[in-house]
Amino acid sequence: MNTIVCIKRVPDSATRVKIAGDGKSLDPAGVKYVMNPYDEFALEEALRHREAAGEGTVTVITLGPSEAVETLRQALAMGADEAVLLKSEGSHDGRVVAHALADEIRGRPHDLVLFGKQAIDDDNMQVPGMVAELLELPCATVVVQLEIADGRATARREVEGGHEVLEFPLPAVVSAQKGLNEPRYASLKGIMAAKKKPLEEKEVTLAEATVELVSLEEPPAPAAGRIVGEGPDAVPELVRLLREEAGVF
Amino acid sequence: MTVLAYAETRGGAVGKPAREATGAARAMAEAWGAETHVVALGGPGTADAARGLASLGADRIHVAEGEGLALYQPDVVAAAVSRLIGEGGFRAVVFPATAQGKDLAPRVAARLGCGLATEIVSWSADGEALVVRRPMYAGKAIATLRLAAAPALVTIRANVFAAEERPGAGELVMLAAADEDARIRVTELEIGDRAQLDVAEATIVVSGGRGMQDPEHWHLLEDLVKALGEDAALGASRAVVDAGWRPHGEQVGQTGKTVSPNLYFAVGISGAIQHLAGMRTAKVIVAINRDAEAPIFGVADYGIVGDVFEILPPLTQAIRTARAGG
Ligand SMILES: Cc1cc2nc3c(=O)[nH]c(=O)nc-3n(C[C@H](O)[C@H](O)[C@H](O)COP(=O)(O)OP(=O)(O)OC[C@H]3O[C@@H](n4cnc5c(N)ncnc54)[C@H](O)[C@@H]3O)c2cc1C
Ligand SMILES: Nc1ncnc2c1ncn2[C@@H]1O[C@H](COP(=O)(O)O)[C@@H](O)[C@H]1O
Repeated sequence: MNTIVCIKRVPDSATRVKIAGDGKSLDPAGVKYVMNPYDEFALEEALRHREAAGEGTVTVITLGPSEAVETLRQALAMGADEAVLLKSEGSHDGRVVAHALADEIRGRPHDLVLFGKQAIDDDNMQVPGMVAELLELPCATVVVQLEIADGRATARREVEGGHEVLEFPLPAVVSAQKGLNEPRYASLKGIMAAKKKPLEEKEVTLAEATVELVSLEEPPAPAAGRIVGEGPDAVPELVRLLREEAGVF
Repeated sequence: MTVLAYAETRGGAVGKPAREATGAARAMAEAWGAETHVVALGGPGTADAARGLASLGADRIHVAEGEGLALYQPDVVAAAVSRLIGEGGFRAVVFPATAQGKDLAPRVAARLGCGLATEIVSWSADGEALVVRRPMYAGKAIATLRLAAAPALVTIRANVFAAEERPGAGELVMLAAADEDARIRVTELEIGDRAQLDVAEATIVVSGGRGMQDPEHWHLLEDLVKALGEDAALGASRAVVDAGWRPHGEQVGQTGKTVSPNLYFAVGISGAIQHLAGMRTAKVIVAINRDAEAPIFGVADYGIVGDVFEILPPLTQAIRTARAGG
């Protein structure tokens, strides 16, 4: 089974966001970049299915700047077989990214194409469904359980208050939600082995965006918190404020 | 010119996501002098349920109903909605940012080649263009996006857009939905044992953290939820989900759910940046924590410093009394 996993390099979730001088991007100074956490679930799932099948290759693809090679190396160290960097500035428009990824995936054997459910920088939650449509493949998003047998898959995806059970044939697109598995850490051996694994870099030209980023701002600072009081004695005053000032019940 | 709302159904019922989408579409339509249409696909009874959206301003209601649509079938719905939009004349399409809407909107956008902005929290019309604002970096930044080409697709964050009573013509039109369009099939919907409201949909959320000390103590939070009424639901921090005290479905934050309720209680939650990411847009935040320095107090509108076990019982009692009109 050939699996492709799309991974993105994103600022760590603990990053303090500062907007750059252009008013449209994140100031990269001091930002630590990591593999998008949901993509780790996707990669882990790919590795497990390869291990269970005892055959197949796992290819990781990222679209991003040259530095995204680090993210690919991490994926190779975790156990992916080969990596592809689509060198580009990237785009806030999910459709633009989806087109570039779909063009690359189309030319490679793929029984399963895995994504994270969401990239934690743009929080777009768009790319997996879009790639699936462009490749005309079945697509299950926000998946917490995936079983594959005889070219067919059953998945459970998270919905409000429960789960949907989905059935579909391969090849297919699946996006991973937390809970799908516990991603492994790269071992020292894995890190050494990664250095010898194939990593291809190519320039891509992106399509024109249909969604234009006008500006990026820091959110208004929340009004300073108010301590109503200490201990149970503060309860009546809290309830009065909730009723009379906040009007919430 | 028309603005379309995706009126999500669940088993033939039309709920709040559909009403909020209809309300937002109606407001956009008014800004452009356009008509408001809604599209609803669902099980038997959907047409009758969707008819009610006329009171929120729907001029035309496109409906497909049948046993085969009782569960959300992604490809069937995506194909039918795309065909409808492809007929032309739509300026914008509004989806709720629910599990369904988030799954569906990217599929439709890719099929039609249109721009999509997800989880928007506000919009304005700039001539023909739609300008929207949406959080990025888990709410640590707000992006302003411009969608110049029609149709512009958006998903709207829950609890942000209110629907107003405003009668529309409500003309019912049947829509074709073809089962052959299915590449994937939803075979079952498993809904949790309790008929409980999902944390992402509730207008009041009571979240517990490690400060609750033990899963055995959750009845204190359940009592508070009950006292707050049927629009309230339980939430949790990641620490207690990772500890196995609570199910992941309740987790609020960066790797859990993003919520924007009218009222949010953070009980024994420190207020880590990844937790704040999921709840900072709540309208009113109440924090209970014994550590006066806990970062949660920095975002809380109202805080009580103290022990959760001493505060929860009288708080639940006082709220019960207040809501009973006492
Ligand atoms: C990539 C990543 C993603 C993450 N995603 C999420 C996420 O989605 N959601 C999330 O919540 N976290 C997330 N986290 C974890 C986050 O960083 C915190 O570890 C977590 O939110 C802490 O949970 P907590 O507040 O319950 O526990 P703690 O930080 O341990 O806080 C417990 C609080 O309870 C108080 N307390 C203790 N006893 C009492 C008492 N008797 N009475 C009153 N107060 C008491 C303490 O003063 C303390 O402030 C993520 C972390 C990472 C790295
Ligand atoms: N630039 C990118 N390179 C590779 N994969 C990406 C990229 N952007 C998004 N993805 C994939 O699409 C998923 C969803 O991203 P998004 O739709 O941007 O929230 C991510 O978890 C990745 O798996």
